Amino acid sequence: MTAPLAAPAPRPARVEELQARIRGMQATRLDSKAVPTHPALEAVLPGGTLREGTVVQVEGSTTLLMALLAGPSASGRWVAVAGMPEFGVEAAARFGVSLDRLVLVPDPGRQWLTVVAALADVIPVVAVRPTGRVSAAETSRLQARLRQRGTTLLVAGEWPGSDARLRVEASEWQGIEWGPGRLVEREVVVSAAGRGEFVRSIRSRLRLPDRSLEFAAVHAGAGDAEVAEPIRIGRFAIGEFERRATG
Amino acid sequence: MTPDPGRAIVLWCPDWPVFAVCREHALDPAAPIALTEAGLVFACSAAARRDGVTRGLKLREAQYRCPELTLLDYDAALDARIFEPVVRAVEATVPGVQLVRPGTLAMRARGPARYYGGEDAAAAALLATVARHGVPDARVGVADGPFAAEQAARAAHESPVRIIEPGASAAFIAPLPVGLVVDARTATLLNRLGVRTLGEFAALPDDDVRRRFGASGAFAHDRAAGREQARVIARTPPPEFEAVQHFEPPLDRVDQLAFAFRVGAEQFIERMRSVRLVCTSLRIELDDEGGGHSSRSWLHPRWFTPADVIDRVRWQLQGAGTADSGLASPIVRLRVIPEHIDSTGNHEEGLWGGGPDERVHHGLTRVQSMLGHEAVVTAAIGGGRMLADRQVLVPWGDRPPELAAAEAPWPGSLPALAPASVFRERQPIALLDARGELVAIDERGAISAAPERFAVGGREAAPVRAWAGPWPVVERWWDAEQAKRVHRFQVVDDDGCAWLLVRDREGWWAEARYD
Repeated sequence: MTAPLAAPAPRPARVEELQARIRGMQATRLDSKAVPTHPALEAVLPGGTLREGTVVQVEGSTTLLMALLAGPSASGRWVAVAGMPEFGVEAAARFGVSLDRLVLVPDPGRQWLTVVAALADVIPVVAVRPTGRVSAAETSRLQARLRQRGTTLLVAGEWPGSDARLRVEASEWQGIEWGPGRLVEREVVVSAAGRGEFVRSIRSRLRLPDRSLEFAAVHAGAGDAEVAEPIRIGRFAIGEFERRATG
Repeated sequence: MTPDPGRAIVLWCPDWPVFAVCREHALDPAAPIALTEAGLVFACSAAARRDGVTRGLKLREAQYRCPELTLLDYDAALDARIFEPVVRAVEATVPGVQLVRPGTLAMRARGPARYYGGEDAAAAALLATVARHGVPDARVGVADGPFAAEQAARAAHESPVRIIEPGASAAFIAPLPVGLVVDARTATLLNRLGVRTLGEFAALPDDDVRRRFGASGAFAHDRAAGREQARVIARTPPPEFEAVQHFEPPLDRVDQLAFAFRVGAEQFIERMRSVRLVCTSLRIELDDEGGGHSSRSWLHPRWFTPADVIDRVRWQLQGAGTADSGLASPIVRLRVIPEHIDSTGNHEEGLWGGGPDERVHHGLTRVQSMLGHEAVVTAAIGGGRMLADRQVLVPWGDRPPELAAAEAPWPGSLPALAPASVFRERQPIALLDARGELVAIDERGAISAAPERFAVGGREAAPVRAWAGPWPVVERWWDAEQAKRVHRFQVVDDDGCAWLLVRDREGWWAEARYD
């Protein structure tokens, strides 16, 4: 693993982080290997990583979906997006999805489930927005196929029997006020729940994206002070322009 | 003195590029038409020439001289493609034909003159052949050497045939301008030296010309003096791979047609495979009963198999419809022409099969055969100010178009953070001020009141948490039809979701969402 080691973290947090990484490397079920995931999402996803053959529901944010796609794409895998005609290609490229290995099927229409199955055969990470309801029989058949092929399915919508559910509960933009400034960074609260109905959902805070267009987890402790500090919109905007002009 | 290169016949079709375009797009060749290349007029029709349009003119000047001029892009491939059947017809009449350029053919005179009983009879036979192929006003020139013969053909005004007697070619070309044999720079130099015609150039001593202008100058000097050494080099007709199928009775269903062409497609690919060639790009032409004609070229990321060819035929026919839908007009003729062929050696599979990308290609081709060619796309980022202009979607397997530079400054484009959702059709919204009226922007780009509430579609207005703007975007102000002047806003709604709004003359729209 090449994830950079975080600078001096308190000991319990460090132990927890190491445990999460061990969990990410271990297979929970037979033949379910970890898919390279963006480091910012390790704290969010149940088990700390995306897994092959699983279905992850992503609600309320295309950016979060792009963050999930960015990890596999950066490691050289193909990714596909079906049924999302408004998927912002430029944003995806800036957030780290390689356009050379991105395939879009904007309007699969009524055949979307067949299209997803065909894509899942050859592309390791597929994102889809379902256009109709799916029955439990259809999903279990598709999920068997996903497990066999080792494909991860990201669903922007409802999916019965998903392995994890991510939802953006709150979102706050910074850098913008009443007139001056512009959208600069956003902090979101993501709730994540694992398989089953009685699993407690875990809330975590993420920068989606931060000022340098990266995704980052907001850590309790040092991060809090940074967030609590009020941002001077005007001065910040000027500083930003200066940096753009000189750099 | 070099040996006599022999008499040559040149067949010249005037304004061939214009003729080819008219035939492809079913235009009237009598109308004023000009073809452009790199901002200059490349070729024009006779009507345009009467109005003073000439080759090398700037577009603006050409349109000023002839306001009703139709401007089209010059396409060299189209020229050659339309000329190919004419070449084949001439080859059937007179063997040993050299293709000088599309529209001009050269051949040796001796054989045809003996067969048809005279040079004028051979010329008449050639003219009759091309007239049968729909080229009415071709010209023929006969002279000593291909260069003189071509000039004779171009000088044939009264009758379509001009024959220069043996030995008279040098005298015939003497009054022509010197620029015909040398490049533009040398021509200017010669003009400044007072050498204006081929005759004057030919009168210069051989050795001096060679010393001053080198080998290319000596070659031009020989041409000008009528001592041309170039002979007609007959082309070897390329092997015929195209497949044509006529349907009698005409077929009006896509699946019927695909089934009927199955054997044809297999033979088409097999013919190429037997000489170790693969086809990487082809053109499909369809003629229907009503006289309609559809033609389009298709690329393949690897090479075409018979099933791929049938898929392309289906996609071209069905457009957005489904496989079992009927066609507007039944198809009578289908023609498949390979455009690029390559040796199989360059496309061999590895010992352990292809790489992972090959699997991806097969999978995506399956999805394409389900939904149609344009349904599976890859994306690229182009230049522009509006977000929809910046993302370019290219169907899987097609070559991406030439993109405007995305890194160019594009004043008015958005700063680094790009919205995650870009709406294909902009959505109507309402941005209201404290009194519940739409926020307006005046001529100088000032807003009437601060936005307070915000409604998407017909839903209830919710408070605005924060906003930024207006940011003006001015595009193509010099063009009355395409000019665009809009103002952009970023607005954060009550749920913490940010929107990119656009105000134009018609009202407020949402261009994108940062979700």
